[in-house]
Parts: sequence; structure tokens; C-alpha cells
Amino acid sequence: MESENQTKDEKREPGCAESSSMTGAHGRRSFLGVLMSVGTVGVGAALSVPLARFALHPTLAKTTETAWSDVGAEDEFSTIAEPAKRLINIEQRDGWRKVVSEKSVYVTKSADGRLRVLSSVCPHLGCTVAWNETKGQFISPCHNGVFAPDGALISGPPRRGLDELETKIEDGRLKVRYQYFRQLVATKEVIA
Amino acid sequence: MDSPTIPPTNSDDVPVTEARGRNRVFVWFDRRAGINSLLHEALDEPIPGGARWAYVFGSGLLFVFLSQVITGVFLALYYVPSADHAHTTVAYITKEVTAGAFLRSLHSYGSSAIIVVLLLHIAQTFLYGSYKGRRELLWVAGCVLFALMIGMAFTGYLLPWDQKAYFATAVGTNIASEVPLVGEWLKRLMRGGADMGTLTLSRFFVAHVFMIPAAIFAFVAAHIYLFRKAGAAGPISEDPVSPRQKAERFYPRQVTMDMGFALLLIAALGLFAYFVPAELGPKANPAETQYLPRPEWYYLPVFQWLKYWSGPLAVIGILAIPTVIAVLFVGLPFIDRGLERRPWKRPVAVGAFTLVFLALVLLGALSRRDDRRNPGVAAQLAKQREETEAFMRAPFEPETAGSSLAAANVALADPLAARGKTIFETKSCNACHGDGGVGTPAGAKLIGVGAKLPPDKLEAVLRQPTEKMAAGGMTSVKLKDEEMKALIAYLNSLK
Repeated sequence: MESENQTKDEKREPGCAESSSMTGAHGRRSFLGVLMSVGTVGVGAALSVPLARFALHPTLAKTTETAWSDVGAEDEFSTIAEPAKRLINIEQRDGWRKVVSEKSVYVTKSADGRLRVLSSVCPHLGCTVAWNETKGQFISPCHNGVFAPDGALISGPPRRGLDELETKIEDGRLKVRYQYFRQLVATKEVIA
Repeated sequence: MDSPTIPPTNSDDVPVTEARGRNRVFVWFDRRAGINSLLHEALDEPIPGGARWAYVFGSGLLFVFLSQVITGVFLALYYVPSADHAHTTVAYITKEVTAGAFLRSLHSYGSSAIIVVLLLHIAQTFLYGSYKGRRELLWVAGCVLFALMIGMAFTGYLLPWDQKAYFATAVGTNIASEVPLVGEWLKRLMRGGADMGTLTLSRFFVAHVFMIPAAIFAFVAAHIYLFRKAGAAGPISEDPVSPRQKAERFYPRQVTMDMGFALLLIAALGLFAYFVPAELGPKANPAETQYLPRPEWYYLPVFQWLKYWSGPLAVIGILAIPTVIAVLFVGLPFIDRGLERRPWKRPVAVGAFTLVFLALVLLGALSRRDDRRNPGVAAQLAKQREETEAFMRAPFEPETAGSSLAAANVALADPLAARGKTIFETKSCNACHGDGGVGTPAGAKLIGVGAKLPPDKLEAVLRQPTEKMAAGGMTSVKLKDEEMKALIAYLNSLK
């Protein structure tokens, strides 16, 4: 068995031996092996950092600054007596593309004169609530949810009043941060 | 005779409990996976004449290719192969995604690195006469790999879909039409039609990502197998068939040299990618007539060569001469059958090889010189560079989705429909049917309603809803004729 191996080896690798003196060959091999392992692991680790950051970009990147939509000039609403309907453009980023959509909101004035913006999405099933001038109420056309001019629930199946959106005044313009809220629940929960 | 550290014995003979001084985990794995003999096979390959730096290029190529595979797979996380989105997604990778510019640059410069190392690998094999002595198949497999790599560079170049990618590929695919008889068909096959378009991009993407890589894997396996079968050729003084010189095992010295070279390549690529990121030009504009395409540096000699051939003689320069050179190159081990390996004893072969190499360098240099000397060309190229730099400085601009308002508003260029939209909203149609008629739980979707009902039918059901509609809460719409016309125009625009 042994001799057979030997002859085969000899045929294949004539004169094959360790290149230099056998003394210390073992130690040198181990040292080079360790050096190579460390080098490979080190470089591999260094290269995997950008790869991981690249792949995890959507989860690690700071969420884009809150998108504020323009509602109109502040002065425009200084004299409103009843809720005013406005269409706003909301821009949503989806990776490398953006989706621009139009949403309707109502601008109202609170008792202390502060401008408030209400979402027109009914908190019941998401129909668009319409302002009824003659009744002076918001009425959802789907299941007759009725809301007061300040958005408070008066009657109907909805479990809460109309949702108020976050606003700010910037350079004399009213801006709103449009959000969607969970329907069919009593508390206001942001879903998107 | 056996390696002191990796005994080629079969560890099946040794009970695990008796495996003293040996890693028991290793033995456990070896019995099931046979890693010991695998390591022995991989690391104890004899190299006649000993390890040398001259032998590092083959494994260097394998490393850069692996780097291309890894970076390529990651780039595909964000890339979309369509004429509509390709450029946006590459811009997104370059300008927004964390480490995106770096990875894209690694991949882009990796192609240049492969060409450089490929040339070194070929030059070494040629000058050392390492293709001699029953190595014809090994050489041919290498030639196929060379062609496949060139194909990867060609197909990958189009994918960013910027100006230079588009126009360089337009020129590249045009060359195919010079082939007699089947040329025009070949061009259409590559482009997926008479002109460059989104189908061209799909084809190039599939070739670049699926077909050519699959072929490369297969031929790399064949190349390595044939190399191990023939054995390392060793130095020029060695007999290529039955080596006589004292051999050294692949591990550790040659492995260390190979790894050292691979690390050097990776470090160079990394530094380049980090400090000089690859650029992206403005999106391809097929209507542009001024654009002067210039290929990557490794295609410049061919680009220059093609300039000298036009008219009826073109087929000689574009097809006949390159074919003769390619046949001579691939057929080299069949033609040059002598076992003499020393370059100075092979003046014809080495002379021809050097001549072709110098001719390529000269053509490349001439191409650069031509561009510099022609003021019109130089100005246009400078302008193109400026446009690229301006595009790189500009912030990333996301693409507006097709379902977006902007797209919807295009349909509303018609003032009648625009008025209809106002009516739709003031009459609170959108309360139930949703903004833009998208539909809600309370009201049906109105998008596409124009295709279902002709205008007179639509008007009839609006004025007098059907029973089913009325049951759902639809009330009759009371509008003046012209207002109704506007509303219907708007409803027809909802697609």
C-alpha cells in the first residue's frame, strides 16, 4: 500500500520535496498559515462593511425629513368663518422614485384663533368627509358619520372625531404634515 | 515524501477518541466531507522549480472575478434593467445609497483590473511557453474565458444607460452589421430590434448577469481542471511534458505570493474606488446628434483600428484581419508544437506577439492623439466631460411614479376635463369614489369607466342611476349640460 503510493507519487512529482532545508519548515508553514488566515479574515471583514451598509441602506438611512405640504398663505385663512377645503400635494419617496398624490384637507380656526388642519378621511372606513354648509357639519356620505366644525364626533358609527394633522407656519405659509391614521378605533394611531 | 502538516492518510482509520494532538472537530468533518484529501489536493500541487511571483496572475484573476460577482450581486439590489429606470437607479446607487458610489466604482474599475491582469496572465503564459506540451485544451479554454470577459465588459458598459453607455454600444452593435450575409440580422439580434432601446438593455442585462457568468463559471472550472491535469509548467528551463526540476508544493510559499498579489489588487481597487469614484453621465438621449462616444481604454485600439476601414474594404479590416489574428492566437499551441520554451529561441512567436501588442498600444495612443489634435472633437469631448461633472454634482432626483399626480395632470391638459375635475370635487363625488376616482369602500372605482360606457350612456346613468347604483348610495347628478360635458370629459380622462 505504502510503496504503491510512493511510486505513484514519484511518477507524478519527480523530485518533489520541501524547497529548502527541512529544519524549521513546519514552523514556517504554520506562521504563513496564520498570517494568511489573519490577512484573509481581516480583508474579508473590511470589505464586508461597505457591502453590509449598502444592503442595509433602506433600514439604516435616516428617514427622509418629514415631508411638509403647502396648504396656502396664512393670510388666506385669517377671515375664514367655516372650514375651508384645500387640496394638497403629498410627495412620498419610494426608494429611487416618488409618488405625488393629491389629498383634501379642511382648514379650520380654533376658538383661540389658531389654524388647524383636519384630514378629510373619515376615521370610520376612510370615505372622504364633506362639509355641509347648510347644516354646518361635516358629514361622511358613506355611513352618516357627523362631525362638528372643529372635527369633534357628533353622531354615527365612527369611534372618534376627525383627525387633526400636524401643522407649522413657515415664511407666512401654512404647511401640513399629511398622515394616515388607523380606522375603526377610538384613538388616533399613525399608520403611514 | 508526505507533507508534514497535512497527512494524506485516510482519517477513517483513526477512531475519534484516539485522535490525540489532532483536532477532533477536523476529524469529525473529514470523515463526512473528506476535507483532508481536498486540502491535500488543493494545497500540495507540485510546482517544478519552486514558487515564483510570475505565477500569481491566474489566481489574481479569479479573485477579481469573485469581487465582480459579489459587488455585481449587491448592485442588483437596487438596479432595474429598463430604459425607463436604469439610469435613475444607477444614479440612486451612486448618489444616495450608503457606500453605493464605492461599490459601483469597485465593480466598474474591476473590469479594467480584469483586463490588465488578463493581459499579464496571457503575456506570462506566452513568454514562458507555458502553453506547450499537451496544454492545447488548457490554452483554448483560456481563450474562451478571454472572449467571455471581453463580452462581460461590453455588455456591462451599457447597463448605466447614460450618454456614453448608449452611444458606445450603438457603435459597438453597429460593427456587427459589417459581418457579411448575417451582419444585419446579428445586429438586430443583439439590439432586440432595429434600434437601441429598452429591449437592448434587457438583452445586455441577461447576458451580463446570467448567460456569460454561467459560461465563465463553467470555463473557469474547465481551465483549472485542465491546469491541474497538465500540471504547472514551471520555469522556461523546464521540460513542459515531464518536469525534472525539484518541485515545491503550492502551499505555503506560492499561496502566500498569490494572496499577496490578490491583496495588492484589492487594495489598489479599493483606493481607486474610494478616492476617484466612477462617474455617471446624464441619461441617454437617443435624439442627441452631437455626442461623440469614446469606449473604455481597453477598447480604444479596436476603436482606432476601425476608423481606417470603410467602404468595400471594411470587411477586410473589421472581419478578416481580426479573424486571422484570433485563429492564430487560439491555434497557437497547435501551430507552435516545439517544446522549446526560452523566448530568445522562439523569435517568430515572440516577435509576432510583441508586434501585435505594440500595435495595440500604438493604436490606443493614436486614438488619444487624434482626439487631442482635432479642435472640434476636443471641444465636444470637453463639453461632454463638463456635462458628466455637472450631472455628478447635481443632487439625486427621484423619478416620478407613473401613478403620480404629475402624470395624472398631463391627462388634464384638456381644459374641459380640468373643469370636470373641479366639479367632481365640489360635488363631493370624491367623497365616495375617492380622489381621482380610485374607489373607496363606499363607492366604485371610476378609473377606466370611459372605456366601459360611451359618453351618452355615462350621462344617462349619472342623471338617472341604475337601481344597483342607487342601492349603493349613488344620487342623481343634477348639472347643466355644459357642466355634465366637463364632468364626463374628466371621467373619460381617468385611465
